Amino acid sequence: MRKKRVATVSLAGCFGCHMSLLDMDERILELLQDVEFDRSPLNDLKKFTRRCDLGIIEGGCCNEDNVHTLRDFRNNCDVLVAVGQCAIMGGLPVMRNAIMHSDDPLRECLEEAYCSSPRVYNPSNQIPNDPALPLLLDKVYTCVDVVKIDYQIPGCPPSGDVLWATLSALVRNEPIDLPYDMVKYD
Amino acid sequence: MNKTMRITVDGRKIRASPGQTIMDACDDAGVYVPRLCDVEGLVPQGSCRVCTVKADGHTVAACTEPAEPGMKVENDTLEIKNYRRDLVRMLFHEGNHLCPICEASGRCELQAMAYRLRISQATKYPYLQPVRPVDASHPDIALDNNRCILCGRCIRASRDVDGKHVFEYVGRGIHKRIGVNAENLAATNASIDDYAMSLEVCPVGCIIRKREGFFAPIGARQFDREPIGMDVETRQEHHVPKRRPDPAFGNDGTK
Repeated sequence: MRKKRVATVSLAGCFGCHMSLLDMDERILELLQDVEFDRSPLNDLKKFTRRCDLGIIEGGCCNEDNVHTLRDFRNNCDVLVAVGQCAIMGGLPVMRNAIMHSDDPLRECLEEAYCSSPRVYNPSNQIPNDPALPLLLDKVYTCVDVVKIDYQIPGCPPSGDVLWATLSALVRNEPIDLPYDMVKYD
Repeated sequence: MNKTMRITVDGRKIRASPGQTIMDACDDAGVYVPRLCDVEGLVPQGSCRVCTVKADGHTVAACTEPAEPGMKVENDTLEIKNYRRDLVRMLFHEGNHLCPICEASGRCELQAMAYRLRISQATKYPYLQPVRPVDASHPDIALDNNRCILCGRCIRASRDVDGKHVFEYVGRGIHKRIGVNAENLAATNASIDDYAMSLEVCPVGCIIRKREGFFAPIGARQFDREPIGMDVETRQEHHVPKRRPDPAFGNDGTK
């Protein structure tokens, strides 16, 4: 049986879920018997070299680059797995969608972060607008809002155990059956 | 009429006394019916519908439906479980339930109910992401309405136990929310010692007791090891009858 090809990416996330992948500890060696990594920050491959069986998405979409990357993953992966609360329901970045009493939440958020906050040093008093920066979206979108997601693994981050249980079941085409103490939303 | 009767829950015969609701009879027999808006010591309200069961073929709220002799109740069936899953999912999608940043995570009944019902995969509902204010005016208590599931437990606790009427429902439909009895919470006569502000009343992290957050470490929190409802399922061994306000004493029979 050929090895399953896996691609991973961190969108609007903190890389905590990727750190949690490493929390599988020595089981990652066992996983590597059946799996090879394609595009992933773990091997620093920036583009797909060929079609993958499994795409692992960390984080939701907060800018247009996230959306392009996520669509690229959908087009190049057979199965997409959203990993962690940010990918599933927006997580911490989604808090900017609900800034209180504001008609223009994104502008208010950026002004607070770059201009008006008392501890900010920003002599130009401008919000960064370099053309190289990806365009921010009006709000943070979950992965499900943008593409079809086949499975999700909740957690912030999901433990190494739940990642191992889910990914090893997916790689071996077995049903996913998680015990009570593995599914966590925090 | 004063004789105890028998009802059948998922094929198991249990005893019920006249006037008892299906849920109280189940609790006394050690059968857990999932619930969010109902809590021991308060008058049942039947608003969250998570305790929905099938009684003789009709879907009813177990916390308000009186038990009747020979009643056949379906509680732990796939159909009922799927109703409950959808109800709990909708609660998650209606408010802003950010478990990673919530102080109540690990002791939150909404979260624990989702764990118990094994909700882990994507749903068909959109996240509404409402904009709701936070009231941190009171020196000892903060209210984060983003997490409110409108169970009304604080309303009943304040009205029936504390006799204060601090909380009440405001608005209708999707605009319904919990309001306080003044401009803000600091302007009411609410106190941190009120039963309504105790940890057991708010099932989520809406009523925040200031300077007490994160008192239990991850792994030692209420629902980290044991699913919600374990206390009811082990109740029979201790023979502890369920507390309910006595109607003879009006609404203040609990304390």
